[in-house]
Amino acid sequence: MKFFALLLAGASLLLPIGAQAQETAPDVLVKNVTNEVLDIIRKDKDIKAGSTKRAIELVEQKVLPHFNFSRMTALAVGKDWRQANPAQQKVLTEEFRELLVRTYSNALIAYKNETVDFRPFKMKPGETDVTVRTQIHQSGGKQPITLDYSLEKNPQGWKVYDVVVGGVSLVTNYRSTFATEVRNGGIDGLIKTLQTKNRSLEAAAK
Amino acid sequence: MTTTFIRQISRMAFIAAAASLLGGCATSGNPKDPIEGFNRAMFGINEGLDQVIIRPVSSGYEALLPSPLQTGVSNFFSNIADLMIGVNNLLQGKPAQAASDAGRVLVNTTVGFLGILDVASTMGMEKHEEDVGQTFGRWGMGDGAYIVLPFFGPRTVRDTLGLAFDVYTDPVTHVDHVPTRNTLLATRLISNRAELLKADKIIEEAALDKYSYVRDAYLQRRRSLIHDGNPPKEQDESAELEGDNKTADAGESAQPAPAQTAMRQ
Repeated sequence: MKFFALLLAGASLLLPIGAQAQETAPDVLVKNVTNEVLDIIRKDKDIKAGSTKRAIELVEQKVLPHFNFSRMTALAVGKDWRQANPAQQKVLTEEFRELLVRTYSNALIAYKNETVDFRPFKMKPGETDVTVRTQIHQSGGKQPITLDYSLEKNPQGWKVYDVVVGGVSLVTNYRSTFATEVRNGGIDGLIKTLQTKNRSLEAAAK
Repeated sequence: MTTTFIRQISRMAFIAAAASLLGGCATSGNPKDPIEGFNRAMFGINEGLDQVIIRPVSSGYEALLPSPLQTGVSNFFSNIADLMIGVNNLLQGKPAQAASDAGRVLVNTTVGFLGILDVASTMGMEKHEEDVGQTFGRWGMGDGAYIVLPFFGPRTVRDTLGLAFDVYTDPVTHVDHVPTRNTLLATRLISNRAELLKADKIIEEAALDKYSYVRDAYLQRRRSLIHDGNPPKEQDESAELEGDNKTADAGESAQPAPAQTAMRQ
């Protein structure tokens, strides 16, 4: 089972998608941000010392602008999303974002020394929904971990709405857990669970 | 030794069954997980086993053994596994990949000093990941129910059947000298676990409910592996979510396309 953990962890390596002009092609975007963030991570003294806080700052600054978190949250919540009112949707998105950012940051720290390959990318003209595929190499005769980004074109440029590590979507992997929470405590129950989780992680990090 | 091991495993399963009866069936009605009560209990036992023995030993291994040696150990077992990976690729009708796997074994066993160096990867022969459960999946067998096995952890019914074949055809289990065999099995277990140590924190912090997080990741991962990384879209999910678009778009205008949730990848 634990090999999933590795896959999940690997994911975050690539997450970063840097501060580029809006019309940057999606594969170039993924590549630039990945390289930029990895470069910083490998050099940063605090991150080398294991500072999650510093890694979170970096992810927020470099990666977040390229993610569409409201779409990610809608995907994770699934069909219950429509029962949430706009205010609830907003809180859900904020809390889910915090959880994902922490996951990515932890993974960045854990897997900063692995090498990343960018696989060939082809896009038809006019396409607005694409997958950029990358791979993380591992030593020890292991199959490389695939790390795929789903991006869609928005008026603000290309935005990532899913990250799939070794075939596991970091977003839809929450769907059944979220559905159970909603069934037991409604949308507010899910919000409360996410808040409790995030607050306890914040407390532990201090 | 083997009988003792099997006895231990049956005992773990018995404890889990008892625990699930006592605890009432904590089932959330997931159709893929009809025996969730038992599975949760078994998952807890496996976690306990990991915390008490496997993780501490693996941490020691990781801390004490120089990293090139760890890579060597991992390569050695990976090379042994390539044999059956090749056979499974052949059974799945992928002769080119099977040939590459055979090439890997040939190169790594000779030039790579009995598999300690993974020369084949540097020559461009890519490592594959196959097992009998995947082969059955490829042949069209469905998943069956999700089940957490004692010691081995998450499987489906199909993958449990596959696991029986995997264990039976595993060259390591056929080493006659019992102390050598046990040493090899234990070393492989620890080596595999050590590689995943750094992922522990990520999963712990990512999961709201570790049991279901691990279950759903397992199911997604297997689906992806069976289709060699290109699983077909899950039609029912996307149809279900497509409907959300209109509803949510009307309600929220602050952000672009907040609920455009057709599942694609």
